[in-house]
Amino acid sequence: MSPQTVDVLGAPQDVATGLAAPVSLVVSGLRVQFGGFVAVSDASFDAHPGEVRFLIGPNGAGKTTCIDAITGLVRGTGSAKLGDDELLGRPVHRTARLGVGRTFQTASVFEEMSVLQNLDIAAGMNRRSAALLRPRRTVEPRIEAAAEQIGLAGSLEQRAGTLSHGQKQWLEIGMLLVQDARVLLLDEPVAGMSHDERTATGTLLQRIAEHRAVVVVEHDMDFMRRFATRVTVLHQGSVISEGSVAHVQADPRVQEVYLGSAATHGADPAEHEGATS
Amino acid sequence: MTGGLGVPSRRNALAGTGALALVLLVVAPLMLSDFRLALLGKFICFAIVAVGIGIAWGRGGMLTLGQGVFFGIGGYAMAMHLKLADAELNGGSGVPDFMLLYGDGTVPGWWEPFRSPLFTLLAVVALPALLATALGLAIFKRRIKGAYFAILSQAMVAAFVVLLVGQQQTTGGTNGLNGFRSFFGYSLSDPANRLTLYYLAAGILVAAVALSAALQRSRFGELLVATRDAEERVRFLGYDPALVKTVAFALAAALAGVAGALFVPIVGIISPADIGVVPSIVFIVGVAVGGRAGLFGPVLGAIGVAWAETSLSEAFPSFWSYFQGALLIAVIALLPGGAASLVDRLRERATSPRRGASSPPAAGAAGTPAPAAAASTPADRPAEEVHP
Ligand SMILES: Nc1ncnc2c1ncn2[C@@H]1O[C@H](COP(=O)(O)OP(=O)(O)OP(=O)(O)O)[C@@H](O)[C@H]1O
Ligand SMILES: [Mg+2]
Repeated sequence: MSPQTVDVLGAPQDVATGLAAPVSLVVSGLRVQFGGFVAVSDASFDAHPGEVRFLIGPNGAGKTTCIDAITGLVRGTGSAKLGDDELLGRPVHRTARLGVGRTFQTASVFEEMSVLQNLDIAAGMNRRSAALLRPRRTVEPRIEAAAEQIGLAGSLEQRAGTLSHGQKQWLEIGMLLVQDARVLLLDEPVAGMSHDERTATGTLLQRIAEHRAVVVVEHDMDFMRRFATRVTVLHQGSVISEGSVAHVQADPRVQEVYLGSAATHGADPAEHEGATS
Repeated sequence: MTGGLGVPSRRNALAGTGALALVLLVVAPLMLSDFRLALLGKFICFAIVAVGIGIAWGRGGMLTLGQGVFFGIGGYAMAMHLKLADAELNGGSGVPDFMLLYGDGTVPGWWEPFRSPLFTLLAVVALPALLATALGLAIFKRRIKGAYFAILSQAMVAAFVVLLVGQQQTTGGTNGLNGFRSFFGYSLSDPANRLTLYYLAAGILVAAVALSAALQRSRFGELLVATRDAEERVRFLGYDPALVKTVAFALAAALAGVAGALFVPIVGIISPADIGVVPSIVFIVGVAVGGRAGLFGPVLGAIGVAWAETSLSEAFPSFWSYFQGALLIAVIALLPGGAASLVDRLRERATSPRRGASSPPAAGAAGTPAPAAAASTPADRPAEEVHP
C-alpha cells in the first residue's frame, strides 16, 4: 500500500497519485420510507474499485431513492459504508467530503457558469479558505486533466448552459473527478445520448472505474450489457437478483419483472431505454 | 470580455471604481455647496450599506430587510463613544448630558468600554459581524430562506427598535443620541473637519466597492452565486451552503455597521427612526432600483433614490413614501435586474440592432430557445433552483 497522508479535512490521500485511496461502498439492509410508503424496503449491494456496478430495475423500483439515501438527501435506515465510515445519518455535504459523488437524473450543472467555473467549484472542497478568497489565475492541472477526459478541454470558457445534453452529463462526471470522489453514483448518465455518445461514456466510465467504485443506474439494457461488470436488479424496493450480466439476464425473476413491466409499457426490456425521464 | 455571472471584467471594474472615486473625491467637493456635500456624505453612508446588500442579496440571494439593525449597532456604538468623549471635554463629569436629564446620573456598565476609541472602532465592525454570524448560522443551518428569511430579518429590526425605545435612560429612547460636539478630538463645528469626514466616508465607500469587486472575482464570489442559484447542488459538492451564506451576510452586516458609524458624525444624530423597519426597506429600494447583482448598481441606486427622496419629499412630503413603494414594486415586477440591466439591454440592442428591432426586450425569448434568453440576463435573475 502506498503511503497516506491526511489532508486538512481528514480525507485520506494517496501521496503517489494524488488521488484519494480507493475504497468500497457496501450497502446493506437499506430501507427508505416516505410517510407510510416504503420506497426501498431492503436493498443490499456493493461497489468496489475497479468495477462498474449497474443498478437496474423498472420505473419506481427505488434506484434513485437508494442514491438519495446514500448521499444523505433522504433519511434511510440500515447501513451504507464507505470503507469504515458509515454514511447514513450524515449531512449531504459531509458525505460528499468523504468522497461520495453523484449525478442527477436531470443534468444539473451551473448553467450560468463556464465549464471551467463548474469544474473549479467542484474542485474547491479541498481548498483552504484562503484560496477561496483569491480569483482563479491558472487552470489547475487536475482540472485540465478532467476536462481532457470528458472531452471538454477545448470548451473551458463555454457557458455550461449552452452545452449539448450529452456534454452536460460529461461535465457532471468531470465535476465528480475533480471533486476526487472515491465512489461515483450516476443516475441515468446516458439518458438522451446518441449511440456514439453512449459508447464514449461507457469507455470513460471504465477508465474512471480503475481507481474508483462506480455505480450506474440505467434503463438502457444494451449499454448495461456492454459496460457492466456486475449488476444488481431492484424491484419494488428490494434486490431480486445480482451477479454478472449473463446471470441476471438468465434469472427468471428478472425476466418476470421486466416482462411484467414490458407488458404495461409495451416494450421489450432491451428497448426500455429512452422510455424514461 | 466579462468574467461571466454578471461580473465586470477587471478593467471595467477598475475603471468604474476609478470614476466613482474621481466623482466623489474630486468633482463633488468642487461643485457642491457645504450643505449639499454634507447631504451627499449621508447618502454615501447609505451607499456603503447598499454595497453590503449587493453582496448578501444580489450575489447571495438573501433578501435582508434587517440591515437597520447592523447600521444601528455601528451607529449607536459610535454615538456612545462620542457622547462619552464629549462629556469628558473641558473637565466634564464624564456622564452624557441626556443621562443627567433622564437617568440617575450614572453611566451604565455596558457603556463603559465605549470610552475607548479603539474598542469603539473594533465594535463598529465586529459587533454587527458577530451578530450576523450567530443569526446566519441559526437561520441558514435550519434552511430558512426566501420570504421567510426576509420576514425574520424584518422582525429582528422591529424588535431592535422596541428595545431602543424602551431604554430611554441609556439609549435616548425615541430621541436617540445627538448633539455631538467632537469626533476623536476634532471639533464637529469646524467646516474643515466636516470636509475631512466627507472624504473619509467617500474613501470608505470606494474601498467597499473595491472589496466587493474583489469578492465577485474570487472563488468565494463564484461559490456564493452558485449557492444562490442552486443551493442543493452545492451541498453535493461538499460545501455547507449555510457557511457560505453566513460569510456573505456577516460581511454585509459589517459594512452596514461601518456606514452607521460614519452616519453619526456626518448627520449628527442616530435614533430609532434612522434604523427601523422603514429605513431598512429603503436600503433595499435603492439596491433594487440600481440593480442588485452588479458592482455599481447598488451604489448608484442608493445615492439616486436618497437624492430623489430629499428633492421630492421637500416638494411633496406625503407623496414620497407612496412613490417609493410603487417604485420598488415596479422595479421588481418589470425590471428585476434594476437600472444596470437596462444599460445592458440597451447595449445589447446597440450591438445587435436586428434582434432588438424585431422583438421587444421583455419578449426577447419569443423566437429564441430558452438558453439564449437566459444568456441575455446573466446573473441578474437567480436561476430556478436545481432540484435533484
Ligand atoms: N420524496 C418522495 N416522496 C414520496 N415518494 C417518493 C419520493 N421520492 C420517490 N418516491 C417514490 O418512491 C418510489 C421509488 O422512486 P425512485 O425515484 O427511487 O424510482 P426509480 O427506480 O429511480 O425510478 P425511475 O427509473 O423512474 O427513475 C416511487 O414510487 C416514487 O414515487
Ligand atoms: Mg430514478
